[in-house]
Amino acid sequence: MNRSFAESTARERIEHLFDPGSFTEILGPSERVMSPHLAQLGVPASFDDGVVVGRALLGGRAVLVAAQEGEFMGGGVGEVHGAKLVGLFKLALRERPAAVIVLAESGGVRLHEANAGLIAVSEVMRALLDVRQAATPVLMLIGGANGCFGGMGLIARCADYVVMSDIARLAMSGPEVIESSHGVEEFDSKDRGLVWRTTGGKHRFLSGDCDALVEDDIAAFRAEAIAALGAARPLSLESLEHEHALLAARIERCGDCSEPVEVWRRLGVLEPERVGDLDTAALRALRSAF
Amino acid sequence: MEKLHFEFKGAHAAGHFAPLLVGVVGSGNLEVLIEPQPSSGACAVDIMTSARGFGPIWEAVLRDFQDRHGLADVSVSINDMGATPAVVSLRLDQAAAQLAASGPRP
Repeated sequence: MNRSFAESTARERIEHLFDPGSFTEILGPSERVMSPHLAQLGVPASFDDGVVVGRALLGGRAVLVAAQEGEFMGGGVGEVHGAKLVGLFKLALRERPAAVIVLAESGGVRLHEANAGLIAVSEVMRALLDVRQAATPVLMLIGGANGCFGGMGLIARCADYVVMSDIARLAMSGPEVIESSHGVEEFDSKDRGLVWRTTGGKHRFLSGDCDALVEDDIAAFRAEAIAALGAARPLSLESLEHEHALLAARIERCGDCSEPVEVWRRLGVLEPERVGDLDTAALRALRSAF
Repeated sequence: MEKLHFEFKGAHAAGHFAPLLVGVVGSGNLEVLIEPQPSSGACAVDIMTSARGFGPIWEAVLRDFQDRHGLADVSVSINDMGATPAVVSLRLDQAAAQLAASGPRP
């Protein structure tokens, strides 16, 4: 049976994505490592601060895992939440798992925690890059209803490999943020078609910002994660310069586009107007053609 | 925010079990953590809720729950983001069901 990634909680995602019964949590809810900031603001905290971390097996191989809970504060990265992610990446340097796998769902920095959350995000990025430097792959699986935005969007794009579902979203500024800073003429956040054309899994896949596109199905994410276990991409000056060259070429090619459909056309997609109606298998075939 | 504490006598000792968590602290939702509290003979409930002034309703919902399950030697900890009494009841029953399924009680 198809089990929706988007509609599952962080704990359900872990339970069904990794080998059955293999997950052991680090700093579980009983430890009560909770946000010190939220109570002061009169906001209920959560026993796991919105992120579940631990060890699991994936296809029999040992991995470290983090799953963000989008329902709690929109998956916002607070001080403790961020520290748990940093701790997991530091553990990876010691344990050398087959991969660190992050089930990302977050609006970015948890605004209640302000600077502590901002610092946490930069610490997570540094810790993630240390893990990549040590040739342990970091995989981001993005499929939650809240998408992956703000600081967490930056963290996701630091990873070796990004998997998204077609209903997932990945970006820096969220639609409402763009609209409130640049006006509704620039970006109408109520226009769901526009939001998904600019941030959705299909666009990220066609433009190369995500490596694999799957259906909203935990089993499909699992299969892609297993396939990506050997996908470490060396972090070197050459690889960074190559990435910069690709980004520069993209701006050169598509920088004056005001609509993703036009971007897809320039990327070589025939009949780009049809992209919205295509399923993920057809999208994969489309990308392999260019 | 309001902090509440209740304690109910219970007859069915839960024995040893791994702490279990159900639910999520989301809008209109709550998380319920059940942990063993050996030889207390009671079901102790600690609540952090975003909604003030609903103590009597919490007590009524919890008393109903305890009438159904009669748990003893457990502590229940709740973080609540404005869940309705019906949602609270369902989450508590979900936790009790998972507790019952998690292993035989001595």
